Amino acid sequence: MTKRRVVVTGLGVVSPVGIGSQNAWNNLIAGQSGITRITKFDPAPFASQIAGEVKGFNAEDFIPAKDARRMDTFIQYGLAAGIEAFRDSGLEVTEANAERIGVTIGSGIGGLGTIEATNDSYDEGGPRKISPFFIPGTIINMISGNLSIMLGLKGPNIAVVTACTTGTHSIGEAARMIEYGDADVMIAGGAEAAITELSVGGFSSARALSSRNDDPATASRPWDKDRDGFVIGEGAGVLVLEEYEHAKARGARIYAEVSGYGLSADAYHMTAPNMDGPRRSMVNALKNAGVNPDQVQFMNAHGTSTPLGDTNETNAIKATFGDHAYKLVVNSTKSMTGHLLGGAGGLESVFTVLSIYHQVSPPTINIFNQDPDCDLDYCANTARDLNIEYALKNNFGFGGTNGSLLFKRV
Amino acid sequence: MSDIEQRVKKIVCEQLGANEADVKNTSSFVDDLGADSLDTVELVMALEEEFDCEIPDEEAEKITTVQQAIDYVNANLK
Repeated sequence: MTKRRVVVTGLGVVSPVGIGSQNAWNNLIAGQSGITRITKFDPAPFASQIAGEVKGFNAEDFIPAKDARRMDTFIQYGLAAGIEAFRDSGLEVTEANAERIGVTIGSGIGGLGTIEATNDSYDEGGPRKISPFFIPGTIINMISGNLSIMLGLKGPNIAVVTACTTGTHSIGEAARMIEYGDADVMIAGGAEAAITELSVGGFSSARALSSRNDDPATASRPWDKDRDGFVIGEGAGVLVLEEYEHAKARGARIYAEVSGYGLSADAYHMTAPNMDGPRRSMVNALKNAGVNPDQVQFMNAHGTSTPLGDTNETNAIKATFGDHAYKLVVNSTKSMTGHLLGGAGGLESVFTVLSIYHQVSPPTINIFNQDPDCDLDYCANTARDLNIEYALKNNFGFGGTNGSLLFKRV
Repeated sequence: MSDIEQRVKKIVCEQLGANEADVKNTSSFVDDLGADSLDTVELVMALEEEFDCEIPDEEAEKITTVQQAIDYVNANLK
């Protein structure tokens, strides 16, 4: 039996650089930063006071008000991006296809903001002040669950939780379900809304965040020698994945093909990066696709702007691609969006797919003095037209979990 | 309409996402206003908050219509 092919036919975005995939893409290509001082709470006591917050989001544009009120923000973001992606695909749910359409939209952290607020209510008023919607409003699989209810999707319904690799793994696992025949269409991606006091405090304590509080727009500076940590972001990115013949038969717009998927573990340290894990993840994705390293032109890297992580990823890319690494264009859109944690792989996969579709690499902004240890072509500061046949997307997460997706021009 | 009746109806509208015109004294939360079991728990919590009272679970179970909620508040308001 030949392998069932999987293509991308719909895109949805809620991000610090804009709501809607087209809007976000335009801002990205223009090199616009979405990083500002935190407004969701008073950040003054925190070491890091900046974030990529979503601006101008109105949940009721996507979700009935009564339902939206009972969902943590990460669920609202995931649903909004999922609904946009589904509309963008032009698919319609019928009695005949409902059981063949599934959802896998995950999150790294889940409803932490609502957990914090509910704990405050509990401290003040005891157990009677805990809402009956507290659990279904905060647990991670409730994007997938609610989207299936809203759209009537009766196929596979799961949520991956692998820290900052969540979105990437969600898309890879969803593609495999289509390949394997469990579904013809999967709505897949990641969402996060963890710009909260405990989250920012926790990442600050781990010394993971940038403290360039006086200049938010230049704080996320992957591969710059003065980078000092990642900037937390929020939002969601969701793709509609569809079996190729299914998409072709209905004349769908095909953005790109999901050509390969690889995973690996570092088996090394909870939070510190390791070179061999990412290398094996990339190699596995190439192997899965049956593609040689020199066939790849473009990467949307994990590129978080942490001192250790960026050097480590650069070394892993060189170990994977050899001399061809220097011919790659390696971009980090986190320079503009910040790090969406569990949403990163979803959002950045949307951007990778759009890079192929438009044959353009977005810039990596804020490279003022490129780190000599990071000596690849990062598409510094200005977008560039590029012939892209194959594009690789990396994400790495706490726990030492890695994921890579290879997308192909169709 | 009494003050209490107005406040009860406002909460019912907010909690259940119902239109003001649909919320009548005889309306049943579940049968007429589309509430499920979680909605009714949250509705009682909102009434407790609004009227600064505690409604024991065995009493809460008996409040299934708008009028029953108004009656309960009238009888138990401090």
